[in-house]
Amino acid sequence: MKNLVILGAGTAGTMMANHLVKKLPRKEWKLTIVDQYKTHYYQPGFLFLPFDIYSTKQVKKNGKKFIPKGVDYIQKKIERIVPETNKVLLEQGDELAYDILIIATGTKIAPDEIEGMNGPMWYKNIFDFYTYEGAKALRDKLREWKGGKLVVHITEMPIKCPVAPLEFAFLADSYFKNKGMRDQVDITFVTPLGGAFTKPKATKALHYLLEEKGIKEVTDFNIERVDYENNKIIDYADTEVEYDLLVTVPTNMGDAVIERSGMGDDLNFVPTNKGSLQTTDYENIFAIGDATNLPASKAGSVAHFEAEILTDNILRYIQGQPLKEEFDGHANCFIETGNGKALLIDFNYTHEPVEGTFPFPGVGPLQLLKESRTNHMGKMAFRWVYWNLLIKGVHIPFVSATMNEKGKHFEEVTQ
Amino acid sequence: MRKLIAHTEVEVNEEGYLTDFSQWTKEVGECIADENGICLTDRHWEVIEYIHEKYSCEEPLSIRGIKKSGVIDIKEFYKLFPGGPLKKATMIAGIPKPKSCI
Ligand SMILES: Cc1cc2nc3c(=O)[nH]c(=O)nc-3n(C[C@H](O)[C@H](O)[C@H](O)COP(=O)(O)OP(=O)(O)OC[C@H]3O[C@@H](n4cnc5c(N)ncnc54)[C@H](O)[C@@H]3O)c2cc1C
Repeated sequence: MKNLVILGAGTAGTMMANHLVKKLPRKEWKLTIVDQYKTHYYQPGFLFLPFDIYSTKQVKKNGKKFIPKGVDYIQKKIERIVPETNKVLLEQGDELAYDILIIATGTKIAPDEIEGMNGPMWYKNIFDFYTYEGAKALRDKLREWKGGKLVVHITEMPIKCPVAPLEFAFLADSYFKNKGMRDQVDITFVTPLGGAFTKPKATKALHYLLEEKGIKEVTDFNIERVDYENNKIIDYADTEVEYDLLVTVPTNMGDAVIERSGMGDDLNFVPTNKGSLQTTDYENIFAIGDATNLPASKAGSVAHFEAEILTDNILRYIQGQPLKEEFDGHANCFIETGNGKALLIDFNYTHEPVEGTFPFPGVGPLQLLKESRTNHMGKMAFRWVYWNLLIKGVHIPFVSATMNEKGKHFEEVTQ
Repeated sequence: MRKLIAHTEVEVNEEGYLTDFSQWTKEVGECIADENGICLTDRHWEVIEYIHEKYSCEEPLSIRGIKKSGVIDIKEFYKLFPGGPLKKATMIAGIPKPKSCI
């Protein structure tokens, strides 16, 4: 009997368990998945929780429910991976041997990376919304906040779901309008990048949204510290931005288990072949989702595309065939723009998001890079798709793992 | 686009970054620095050397990487290349503007 072990039962790990249980002969392969928590969170919902659009119940479920029969589920913290002996050490001294290992431990926020961020004002007037706890604390704060300077801030790239902070700013605009207090709130978006959107083409096409919503923008801001006593963030060029309420996306890092195992880069992301998803250092270890160092978006949709390719490659690896280097960085994501509208973008390693239709060339119904109500419905439907199709590894109809170039108006990314 | 820098014709993109690193010379670097109002000192060259090293191993550049480089701290990096230090330093070093991974 051989062992395939999946580390992390989040979006990517759960999908892999569901894919592989159907593909690997049960007599030969034992499948095990490990996660420290009982709860599986719907992280895209953390964007809506602060604005009371989703309830806490809508963003969490018992994780075990999504692990298929035939897969062993172990709820324990992973202490260390020992690639030299093909073992994983769990808390309380348990050990798991593997023939093939899949790392899907994701990324999480590291507010300690910036001086003054995770200090006495954390969850008082400095919040994140990338965790369940943060999003919920922020919801409670927003319910009673009387207005002032709201600063929405990105600490450093890469972060998961890179458009989420901007969506947060758009939704905040709607939220305060609906509460009849928009005139008492000043919204500023602060980013280390040269523009509000992470891709230059999108920045050009979508800048009007910021103007339309009266959101100020501070770009090229590399934060050095939070001066929580005087409510200011300060960057290395000594630029200061004042806030009454700071909503920040702290540095995103891979889990500490990657560092403990000596397998990560500066940010604890696992060096991974960007086409095949095999780790660069160990041929029987693969990585998927937010845990990798791929220059692709860290998003559930990306993990979904990766999962189809990784499943193929695991089978090829077992049969001793060469791996396919097929993953092209395909990502698509809805961008909530407030007032019941959303945009959709679709791109990969080499193509920037542009206009067109999705998923059917020339037909849609979803419009790329244009605000519409249908797109908003798409974003809302994504929660259903997530719980019912995505993490169960069901192929989403008409959407392929690599990007379809028909019906889209492309320009290659230039260096 | 072609551009005459330091008496040599080089290929640059619309933002002024060299598109072919093999066309870079120290003189080209000095001229680009000059256009950006920067006069290159030994310290600058140490940083440019570090950037070239990273570029040749295809390691992406980032502010965090600079912090850990052991060559320079970020405060000084900002002083040497005022404005956007990574953007300016890479332009002078003749390599593409760092892409922020999305
Ligand atoms: C606010 C927000 C909005 C988002 N919006 C979207 C969106 O609209 N569309 C989209 O596609 N994506 C979105 N995402 C991103 C998406 O949620 C993630 O990219 C996706 O969940 C990544 O899956 P993953 O399996 O790689 O990591 P995760 O789902 O984070 O799973 C990692 C798992 O590993 C476990 N783990 C880690 N370390 C250990 C350890 N040492 N021991 C035991 N267990 C461990 C964790 O407990 C966790 O369950 C959003 C994310 C956020 C935060």
